[in-house]
Amino acid sequence: MSDPREPHHYDHESYDPLVEETEEERDRSAAARLFDIRRVIGGLFVAYGLIVGLIGLFDSPAQIDKAQGLRINLWAGLAMLIFGLIMLAWQWLSPNETPAPRHGEERP
Amino acid sequence: MGDGLRLNMNGLDYLILALYFVTVLGVGFAARRAIRTSVDFFLSGRSLPAWVTGLAFVSANLGALEIIGMAANGAQYGAMTLHYYWIGAVPAMVFLGIVMMPFYYGSKVRSVPEYLRLRFNRPTHLLNAISFAVAQVLIAGVNLYALGLVMQALLGWPLWVAIVVGAFIVLAYITIGGLSGAIYNEVLQFFVILAGLIPITVIGLVKVGGVAGLMDAVRGSDLGAAGLHTWQGTGSTDNPLGAHWLGIVFGLGFVLSFGYWTTNFAEVQRALSARNMSAARRTPIIAAYPKLLIPLVTVIPGLVALVTVKGLGAESGDLVYNNAIPLLMRDLLPNGVLGVAVTGLLASFMAGMAANVSGFNTVVTYDIVQAYFKRDRSDEYYVRVGRIATVLGVLVGIGTAFIAAGFSNIMNYIQALFSLFNAPLFATFIIGMFWKRMSAVAGFWSLLLGTLAALFTYLGYKFFGWFHFNSDLEESFWGAGIAFATVAVVAAILTPLTRPKRDHELEGLVYGMANTRLADDSLAGDAAWYRSPVLLGVVAVILAALFYIPVF
Repeated sequence: MSDPREPHHYDHESYDPLVEETEEERDRSAAARLFDIRRVIGGLFVAYGLIVGLIGLFDSPAQIDKAQGLRINLWAGLAMLIFGLIMLAWQWLSPNETPAPRHGEERP
Repeated sequence: MGDGLRLNMNGLDYLILALYFVTVLGVGFAARRAIRTSVDFFLSGRSLPAWVTGLAFVSANLGALEIIGMAANGAQYGAMTLHYYWIGAVPAMVFLGIVMMPFYYGSKVRSVPEYLRLRFNRPTHLLNAISFAVAQVLIAGVNLYALGLVMQALLGWPLWVAIVVGAFIVLAYITIGGLSGAIYNEVLQFFVILAGLIPITVIGLVKVGGVAGLMDAVRGSDLGAAGLHTWQGTGSTDNPLGAHWLGIVFGLGFVLSFGYWTTNFAEVQRALSARNMSAARRTPIIAAYPKLLIPLVTVIPGLVALVTVKGLGAESGDLVYNNAIPLLMRDLLPNGVLGVAVTGLLASFMAGMAANVSGFNTVVTYDIVQAYFKRDRSDEYYVRVGRIATVLGVLVGIGTAFIAAGFSNIMNYIQALFSLFNAPLFATFIIGMFWKRMSAVAGFWSLLLGTLAALFTYLGYKFFGWFHFNSDLEESFWGAGIAFATVAVVAAILTPLTRPKRDHELEGLVYGMANTRLADDSLAGDAAWYRSPVLLGVVAVILAALFYIPVF
């Protein structure tokens, strides 16, 4: 470890070169191509809702007894289905815009 | 109840589980398209909206150790477990968002150790980077081991198969998809975990006759009426948790919780990946809202298990407190929701481990390899290093999982060790942020001596018998307090004797030194009143206080 009092060569800048370089790389960023997670959550929960809801339709009395008399599969399936559809609707109604260039930040 | 914990999973339950694994891997592969630079890989290109980073923030903490552990605490200590949420988490999360995030996000640092490098010096940085990296792989190993144990008990998989399968899936989606893969999966995991826990809670409450029935039953249990109160009886240590209110407020609510939530990079990283300052500040605050409500699906099942599972609270075997949730799953859930609950449990293990691994690979790459070994390489080089670090981190995690398997109670040790690193780190941060004069040399020695003081207290209590504390909990409070005091004293003594940092070096890093070059990065709509971090934060804290009223 170097002497902590030793001035570093970047002492004259208020910005750190390591941080700066990485920030400059953001111009090449591909993050805008990231898909929308709401679609995945919606899709998985619609599938879970259908599977669990269908199981619920055909639940045996033994299964219903185990759940203290609740038709839990039916209700949970329905809830997950509705939640999944809400996620899909949300994504459909307000899709992700590609981020506009940030204000006040010049790009070379 | 000689059949152990084995669940009666059928083909459809396994279909639900398999569908989840496929989705998680798919998210990892799909996220790869969004990676071109190291910022994309380690910080999701700083492009995510606040609700995504906020849910990932809470999910990163929602590892199965947390869920299983808090249900166990609910069964063992009753309502006092709520302190871990309402005073032990929410205020710290709000503080991180309102007060600390402007320094983290505004200085564009890429990690928590990097803040120490800019604010103090390289030795402070290296010390913190190494201790963080080591702690993360150890904790990842413990998470993995716990995952293996649960899969072994519930599904009958051999321990090593369960460990390797769990590790492989996490490895795949982080290596391929980077932090975007981890964060997107954490958001998904958040909802799957809830979908698994809510049916357990609902059926459990029906079984005991609703909330009123549960309260009656708890009064008649070993825990007694004290199990329904959080603050009553904290004037002394004669309460289920054995804690005085001073200890709860300052030990848990201040030092331990602020240390964990505000300086743990595995958490802070989620906020650093937000798309602008406003979203970064809202990240931990949005996370505070689910955190307020999570005890409904952890503490309530714990109490239900206490009053419905005969013999819960055994020293060893299937009836230990830690099995509260698995036991309820076995007794109450029919096939279908059972598959969802098992999936939720596995999801929470992976969420916890992924947070450790993605924090680890970032710190290893930016704070160790780039800062001290390979300085001027191309950005692509560091993405490659990050991928290799991920593989190594997971492999070492598998190794530490098998070490963990050799100890009976390693989780307590890891928790104690972790709080040992967090308290001095938090003290160094908070003093450094608010006391501009604190010098670089003082930063290093404060952090080092604070950590050593906590370690000394811990070892003296645990192994050498020099100190006596009533419980591990009391030790962690005192250890944290001593560490905090040591940091403050060392900083106060060394700072006047050493050279201060120059003003322009501290721009954007300390209180009262605004960053004049910081561009306004706000997006349309950020000015809406319901997106104000201060308003959202204050409401969260008020809600936490109000929630205490029925269980005072």
